Amino acid sequence: MESSEINTIINQYKGKESAILAILQDIQGKEKYLPKEILEQVSQKMQIPMTHIFRLATFYNALSIKPRGKHKIDVCLGTACHVRGGNKIIDKLERDLSVSVGETTKDKQFTLESVRCVGCCSLGPVAVIDGHVYGRLTQDKIPALLKEFK
Amino acid sequence: MKIQTKADLEKIKEKGLKSLYPKTTKVSVGMATCGLSTGAGKVYEVLQNGVEKDKLPILLGQTGCIGFCQKEPVVDILEPGKPRIFYQGVTPERSMEIVQKWLDNQVVDDLLLCKMEREDWIVEGVVKDYSLHHLPAGMDGTPHYHQVPFYSKQFKIALRNCGFINSDLIEEYVARGGYFSLHKAIMNMKPEEIIEEIKRSGLRGRGGAGFYTGNKWDSCRKSKGDTKFVLCNADEGDPGAYMDRSVLEGDPHSVIEGMIIGAYAIGAQEGFIYVRDEYPLAIQKLKTAIQQAEKVGLLGENILGSGFSFKIHLFRGGGAFVCGESTALMASIEGKVGEPRAKHIHTTESGLWDKPSNLNNVETWNNVPVILARGADWYSKIGTEGSKGTKVFSVVGKVNNTGLVEVPMGITLREIVYDVGGGIPDGKKFKAVQTGGPSGGCIPESLIDLPVDFDRLTEAGSMMGSGGMIVMDESTCMVDIAKYFMSFLKDESCGKCTSCREGTKRMHEILTEISEGRGTLEHLNLLEELGWVTAEASLCQLGGTAPNPVLSTIRYFRDEYQEHIVNKRCPAKVCRALLQYRILSDVCTSCGRCAKVCPEKAISGKQRTKKEKGKPFKIDPKKCIKCGMCFEACKFKAVEVE
Repeated sequence: MESSEINTIINQYKGKESAILAILQDIQGKEKYLPKEILEQVSQKMQIPMTHIFRLATFYNALSIKPRGKHKIDVCLGTACHVRGGNKIIDKLERDLSVSVGETTKDKQFTLESVRCVGCCSLGPVAVIDGHVYGRLTQDKIPALLKEFK
Repeated sequence: MKIQTKADLEKIKEKGLKSLYPKTTKVSVGMATCGLSTGAGKVYEVLQNGVEKDKLPILLGQTGCIGFCQKEPVVDILEPGKPRIFYQGVTPERSMEIVQKWLDNQVVDDLLLCKMEREDWIVEGVVKDYSLHHLPAGMDGTPHYHQVPFYSKQFKIALRNCGFINSDLIEEYVARGGYFSLHKAIMNMKPEEIIEEIKRSGLRGRGGAGFYTGNKWDSCRKSKGDTKFVLCNADEGDPGAYMDRSVLEGDPHSVIEGMIIGAYAIGAQEGFIYVRDEYPLAIQKLKTAIQQAEKVGLLGENILGSGFSFKIHLFRGGGAFVCGESTALMASIEGKVGEPRAKHIHTTESGLWDKPSNLNNVETWNNVPVILARGADWYSKIGTEGSKGTKVFSVVGKVNNTGLVEVPMGITLREIVYDVGGGIPDGKKFKAVQTGGPSGGCIPESLIDLPVDFDRLTEAGSMMGSGGMIVMDESTCMVDIAKYFMSFLKDESCGKCTSCREGTKRMHEILTEISEGRGTLEHLNLLEELGWVTAEASLCQLGGTAPNPVLSTIRYFRDEYQEHIVNKRCPAKVCRALLQYRILSDVCTSCGRCAKVCPEKAISGKQRTKKEKGKPFKIDPKKCIKCGMCFEACKFKAVEVE
C-alpha cells in the first residue's frame, strides 16, 4: 500500500484519533492483514504511539497482524453451530488443509479461522468463505467446497 | 424534498403504499443474510432475467427475513384482490416455475408455505384483510399464515416490518406507519411527556440486563451538561442470537426513528450505532437508511423544521464480545481498547467522552416508535407484570422449526419449543434450553413450563440475555456445553480483572479434564468455588455472569458430570476422549463406504462385489481419531459409538 493510499484512508476520517479502529479495518480490508510497515506509517502520520496501535491490532478479533491467505475461511462456532457439529467441520478442514485454526496453508491459498456466531443460526453448522455464507455443512461436503476455491 | 409537515409525510406514505401494494402482481424475495446464504441472490437473478426476457407483467421486489429462516429462500407473490402467497425453499431452478404457473392461475404445490389472510399494521393498529377468493384451484387446504404452527403464537412488534418491506426504500417504511411517531413526538409532545410514556409502558432493555428504559432516559436527561449522546448497541455478541441482525437488515429505519425520538427526549445532539463487523449487510442497510433519512430531513439539521438537530454515526465493531458491555463499547468508540471500567458513576452521567450517554439495544430502540404510536396503556397490557411487551427469540439448535420467533412475554418454554418450534427432530428426547448466551444457563426439562420473562429466567439460574434460545436434545452433552462456553469466555475476557481472566481459564481447564476422563469429584466443588470468586470479584458482567453456564449445568445435570467423572462415560456420546467407535459385524453389509471416507485408513475389511460376498469391516482403535466420518457415512447404522 502506497503512502498516498494510507493518507486517503486517514483523511476519510479527518485524521480523528478516535477513528483509528475504522482506519485499521480499512487497511486490513485492502491488505487482508496489517503489515508492520504500514502500521508504522499510520503511527507517524497520526501521531499515535505504535504500542497503542499494536495493542488494538492484537485486541480485536477482526484485526490480524499475521499475513492471510488468498481465501479466508471462517468456521462459525456459535452455540447453535456447536451443538450441530461445528467442531467436526473445523477438524475436517484442519485435516484437509493441513493447518490448525489461525494458520495459513503453505501455498497461501487458505487461512482457516473460527468465528463466534455469524447470525445464521438456523443453517448451522455454517462457514463463511470470502464473505459468502455456506450453511448446513457436513464433513463430506467439505472437499467439494474447497475445490470451488482452488 | 425536506419533510416539514404531516402532509409531507402522508405524501411519502402514498408513494410507499403504491410500492408495497402495486396494481401489478409483485414477487418479492427474502434477501437477508439467511436468505442469501441459501441462494436467494441467485433466485432473484433468475427471476429478473426470466421476467425481462419474456416481458412478463410482474414487478420484482426484495424484502428482509420473515423469520422462518429454516425455510429460506422464501418468496412471496402478491396480486391485487388475492392473499399474499408464501413459498418456501425456492431454488433458482424452480423460481420461474412459480411465476409462470401463477400467471396461468396455478400454484407449485410442494413449495407452498401459506396464504396470508390478514396483515397487522401494528404501528397504526390497523388490520388489513386479504380477500381469500379467486385463488387458483387446489389452494383450499393451504394453511393461513396465522395457522402455520411457527407463526400461530407470534405477536410481531419488533419484527413488524421484517419480510414485508424493502429496507432500502424509506417510503415503504413510512407506508406502514414509520416516522409518524417521530412527527408526533417532536411536534406534539414535550420531552418529559415522552419519557413518562416510555416509563409507563414498562419497556425494559432488550439487550440482556432488562433495565427500565424510561428510567435510564430520565436519568440521562437530568444529568448535567449540554453535550449528550444516545447510542445503539448493535454489537450482538451472544452466539445463537441474531434478531438484531434481522431487524437491522430488514427494518433499519425503525431503529433510527427510535433513536431520534430518544435523542429528542433526552436532549442529545449526536448518536452512534455500534454494529458488529461480522454483519456486513446490516452495515450496508444502515448506511443507506441514514442517508435517506437525512435526505428527507428526518435526520440531521433542523428535523421536521422544528429546530431540533441530531446526527447518527455508524461505528463498526472490531469483533470483541466484551464490547457489548456499555463502558467497553464507549471506550471502543473513543478509539481505545474495548475494556470495561467500574460504573460507580453511571454512563448516563458520564459515558462517551465523559458526557452523559444513553445506550440501548437495537430491539429496545425499535420498540419505541410503536409505544408512542399506540400508547403506553396498550403496550403495557402485553406481557407479564414485570416484563411488558414482546420479545424476539432465536429458536435454534436441535429443534424442528428454527428461526426468529416474537412472542408476548410470559409464554412458556414448552409453547416455544413444542408449539412454535415443532419439537425435537429425529424422535429424540428434549434435554434443555440454553438462554442468555454465555452469561445465561441451561434450563432443564423439569422447568419447561416456566413462563419466559426477565425475572423468571433469572430465578432459574439463567437470564433473558438478548434472546438466544438454543434447544438441546439427548445427544447434547452438558459438560461439553459448559466447556464450550468457558472456552468462549476465556477467549473473550478482556483480561483486565484477574478473577475473570484466570477464573475462566481455570474453569475451562477443569472442564477439559472432566471431559477427557481425568476428572475427580472434588473438581465439582472447585468449579463452584471458582465460579463464585469469578462472579464476585470481576468488574463487568462478562465476569459477573461467566460461571452461569457451569453452575446451571452442575445444578441441573450433576448426574451427567458424575457419569463423566466416576464411570468415564459421556452419556450423550459427545466427549471424544471417552468414545469408542466400532462396527457391528452382523449389521455390516461390507459396502466399504466407511473405509473410503476414513481419513486415517483405520478401517479394513473386504468389500463385497457382484460375485463375492465380502467380509465385515473393522476399526483399528489405535489408528482411529474419532472424527465420526464412518458414523455419518454408514447407511446401515452398522457403526456404533460407545
